[in-house]
Amino acid sequence: MGLEAKLKEEGFITSTIDAVIAWSRESSVWPMPMGISCCAIEMMASGDPKYDIARFGSEVMRFTPRQCDLMIVAGTVTYKMAHVVKKIYDQMPDPKWVIAMGACTSSGGMYRSYNVVQGIDQFLPVDIYLAGCPPRPDNLLNALIQIQDKIGRTKARDFQDKKLPELTVVPNN
Amino acid sequence: MNLKELVPQKLQEKFPKLSFEFVDYRGDLSVKLEKEHIVEVCRFLKEEPELEFRLCVDVTAIDWAKRKNRFTVVYHMFSLKHNFRLRLKADVDESECCIDSVTSVWKTADWHERETYDMFGITFNNHPDLRRMYMPEEFEYYPLRKDFPLMGIPGSLPLPKKD
Repeated sequence: MGLEAKLKEEGFITSTIDAVIAWSRESSVWPMPMGISCCAIEMMASGDPKYDIARFGSEVMRFTPRQCDLMIVAGTVTYKMAHVVKKIYDQMPDPKWVIAMGACTSSGGMYRSYNVVQGIDQFLPVDIYLAGCPPRPDNLLNALIQIQDKIGRTKARDFQDKKLPELTVVPNN
Repeated sequence: MNLKELVPQKLQEKFPKLSFEFVDYRGDLSVKLEKEHIVEVCRFLKEEPELEFRLCVDVTAIDWAKRKNRFTVVYHMFSLKHNFRLRLKADVDESECCIDSVTSVWKTADWHERETYDMFGITFNNHPDLRRMYMPEEFEYYPLRKDFPLMGIPGSLPLPKKD
């Protein structure tokens, strides 16, 4: 980034706290891989050496929601699964973002049917709708970059004193 | 002897009082019978040494919508010994929407019958655990019935609330 050179020259840099926090947030977005169906294969492919999501600081796919700040919902969400997705989303610490990966998640896709939720934005706040069936890994990386831009524009105080969501408990069948 | 001839012959020998209907369609034999006798016929087909339909491939149903007997329950079975497939069909009317369970013959039929119950609302008598297979337990409709709309009944499946 040329930071070292600058430091050598002038000894210090100035910035705002907001910019530094946003920069560090966007540079290490930890995804929660909510891989439900075929989109998950492309999501996995984006982690391989060819596409290498590590270039963008997001290689740490955490399989516990408590350590994540980006949920990639990759696959068809049925009404039964919707409760699970929401339960996991609720467990992620704020601030958090959501990518609706693929046609099914964004709009129900080709499953225009009674059992599939016609777009997860009915129960989740979605930041990026990702087109494709399934989207190619480079498309997912593009969505990640968009999310990073979005995070970069946030201010630290946007997330302060936020009310915690009440966890809804749905009895299992 | 070819099983296509042996199955009708054996069935008529064993159950002379029952009326069977044999249909040979595109090389596959189907047998139609009354629903009251489904368990004994299935047990015979499985245990008769010359037939040995040991594998219950599927239990499903057809909704004819407007016919007198609205549903037909279909049993697919396979004889591993003779490499022969057989279909068994029994009509079920909507007013008395039940049939005896064949789980006492094939354990596999457990989940197949649960699925059929879930999708068509046909109850299987003496089934060990007749719960819904795919839909939530409190769901009130049967999705594969012809009068069920493709997009479902609005509000019948609960979604989590958006914060």
